[in-house]
Amino acid sequence: MHLLYPLLVSAGLFAIGLYGLLARRNLVLVLMSVELMLGAVSLNLVAFDVWLADVLRSGQVLTLMVIAIAAAEVGLGLAIVLQLFGQRATSAIDDLDTLSEPR
Amino acid sequence: MGSTLIAEVAPSGGPADAPSYLDVTGNEVVFVLIAVITLGAALLCVTSSNVVRAALWLVVSLGGLAGLYLVLTAELVAIVQILIYVGAVVVLLLFGLMVTKAPIGAQPALNTRNRPVAIVVAIATFGLLVAALVDAFRFAYVDLDVGGQGSAETIGGALFGSWVLAFEVLSVLLLAALIGAIALTRRDVGAKGHR
Repeated sequence: MHLLYPLLVSAGLFAIGLYGLLARRNLVLVLMSVELMLGAVSLNLVAFDVWLADVLRSGQVLTLMVIAIAAAEVGLGLAIVLQLFGQRATSAIDDLDTLSEPR
Repeated sequence: MGSTLIAEVAPSGGPADAPSYLDVTGNEVVFVLIAVITLGAALLCVTSSNVVRAALWLVVSLGGLAGLYLVLTAELVAIVQILIYVGAVVVLLLFGLMVTKAPIGAQPALNTRNRPVAIVVAIATFGLLVAALVDAFRFAYVDLDVGGQGSAETIGGALFGSWVLAFEVLSVLLLAALIGAIALTRRDVGAKGHR
């Protein structure tokens, strides 16, 4: 298989995740877009690992670690979202502008 | 015909042993089919006006990604992807949607007013990545017939051999994240009189 196939799919997935990250209002949906971008990076890692036939399997091992870190990130992110919802009764990122410049 | 066309376009210095893009193999057909499902589901995930449906499209997209790993002979990574993402992460996300009382029905206001800028940025990123990747990896060819590159035995041996320190550090990180999540959500720890 040409290496370009997985690389282009990964680029598309990354761009879609970037769009969701910038365009979504709900904090949980933003977290989902981050997951899509992490998936794109993982696909890149696996494709390069298989291409280079690395003896240490560093690409696939790193992919496993990215998956584990993504699980930790979602757990912590949701804890923050729940805490925020308990205090502000919203999970829309537009309303969370306390630290921004006054408009 | 096709191979001579590619050979004429190819700059000197490119590896001549890479097959033509017109000689499509079965692996590539399967890969492209699963990739269409993955990308389509991802697009529906970020554009759906219903939050629960967006989460379920994410399941389809991440499951398709596991299929892509399988085509790339990374079996263990595919299985772990399904176990952790589809089994745990999406369930957590759905849990978060339910607890924050997100409306289940269709909502018109799920996008911020940044949406046009987001479209431009996403398309520009995609174009930049595609241009760079095509320029750099036109002749790279993956030999998928080697086999056993992603089996549990190989990856497990590497993980508990060369990468065992990183593995242990990662387990400490997971423990820290677990304790952090508990400390964030428990009501009876932290500053008194805060709530």
